[in-house]
Amino acid sequence: MLKLPIYLDNNATTQVDPRVFEAMTPYFLEAYGNAASKSHPFGWKSEEAVDYAREQIAALIGSSEKEIIFTSGATESNNLAIKGVFEMYASKGNHIITLSTEHKAVLDTCKHLEKMGAEVTYLSVAEDGLIAVDAIAAAIKPNTILVTVMYGNNELGVLQPIREIGALCKERGVLFHTDATQAVGKIPVDVLADHIDLMSFTAHKMYGPKGVGALYVRRKNPRVKVTAQMDGGGHERGMRSGTLNVPGIVGFGKACEIARLEMAEESARLMVMRDRLETELLKLEESYLNGNKEHRLPHTSNISFKYVEGEGLMMGIKDVAVSSGSACTSASLEPSYVLKSLGLDDELAHSSLRFGLGRFTTDEEIDYTIKLVSEAVNKLRDMSPLWEMFKEGIDLKSIEWSEH
Amino acid sequence: MAYSDKVVDHYTNPRNIGTLDKSKTNVGTGLVGAPECGDVMRLQIEVNHETGIIEDAKFKTFGCGSAIASSSLATEWLKGKSIDEALSIDNMEIVEELALPPVKIHCSVLAEDAIRSAINDYRAKNGLEPIESEKTHF
Repeated sequence: MLKLPIYLDNNATTQVDPRVFEAMTPYFLEAYGNAASKSHPFGWKSEEAVDYAREQIAALIGSSEKEIIFTSGATESNNLAIKGVFEMYASKGNHIITLSTEHKAVLDTCKHLEKMGAEVTYLSVAEDGLIAVDAIAAAIKPNTILVTVMYGNNELGVLQPIREIGALCKERGVLFHTDATQAVGKIPVDVLADHIDLMSFTAHKMYGPKGVGALYVRRKNPRVKVTAQMDGGGHERGMRSGTLNVPGIVGFGKACEIARLEMAEESARLMVMRDRLETELLKLEESYLNGNKEHRLPHTSNISFKYVEGEGLMMGIKDVAVSSGSACTSASLEPSYVLKSLGLDDELAHSSLRFGLGRFTTDEEIDYTIKLVSEAVNKLRDMSPLWEMFKEGIDLKSIEWSEH
Repeated sequence: MAYSDKVVDHYTNPRNIGTLDKSKTNVGTGLVGAPECGDVMRLQIEVNHETGIIEDAKFKTFGCGSAIASSSLATEWLKGKSIDEALSIDNMEIVEELALPPVKIHCSVLAEDAIRSAINDYRAKNGLEPIESEKTHF
């Protein structure tokens, strides 16, 4: 029996896997010690659990467990990586290279650093959302200390050429950070093969709990250090103070272990469902896929339904939880900056929906979603003046719109 | 953000969707908003030349649920009103009727603009001066 509403917003967050939840429970009421307490069994038990989780997490990304720094989530990891490198390597330079389609946690951190004297280059992506490695190579200067490029884009799902960018940075002696929040646990990520120096990721995007994330910090070739942004007890090799969130970390570890063991099967299954959803929805007239079709996450699809406004469409499909690139709720009325970066017309950017499938998505839910979205798009087009004009062959660009 | 029951009702069962023949002299058409803002409303009125009463009103809207509801409500209110009565419709009445939250007030403003624009189109077609809006919304 189909249960409503249907959750297709797994790029925003995911349900905790019951196996993860089960692994976490003893660490609330029984093993509640502080992992930094060295003098009694309560502390030892927690420390042991944290060490084990660190191994589970390291195994997923091909790192050593000593290279995992626990944080509160990917936003903190991004802040720590970028601000930490900027401070630590100030004597080497002040130039940072990033993309205009990064998450706000990266872009706003860079903007903050610009006020502190950093020079930041925001590279534009191509129409398919991807950056050319050559463009990064051309932007590297003698004072460049860091390149930060996200692994998989949160709105589009497109995968940047991380391995090539990593190789380039290694060759040019520049540190490479990637925000891999959407990618880790969904596709194979190997920090060594990808030449990644710093990598942000988080538990809640891969069926773990919210409030716990990690920053991978390379220890060898080169040994990377970041200046702590949180001062205190000197936890996490001095890079991030604060009592460890033991239950969260245990859950994060378990989530990584499940991902490592089940990823291949799971991503293949999700891709089949995603492709079916996409194929059916793209059969609707004037609907377009946003972002590169080949290089992308297996569970994400971003589609624009031209002449229909995204927020209005979401209301018509209220039994399906998705995200829209439209932001009519904000005072600015600005649509998604990521979609605009692709050079999309505003009306296409306003007309987009992001579908994010997940571990618990069923075929039945996809069937229902296809039907509901198709009906809603058709209904809204019947009441859209833009659709009527399009059907009459009127070029919308020829009209002088009254801005308000 | 949750929508009010009235917005949901207008969105689910919009009143008076459609198109009037804009070549007729007794039909006024208002097209307001812009695709890049995420809202476009087209509101049309059909006026009885003899009585000056709005006998029919139709709309089509590209926008969020509140924009659709605002224009749907506007067409409902317009039918049977005289031009002068129609001009007195204030956007805040729409806000109150639909219980629009502050971030959606612009939808009601757009509906009011659409009414004025349709009336002015009708007046222009019939050799009358456009009526200037006395209020500014900001």
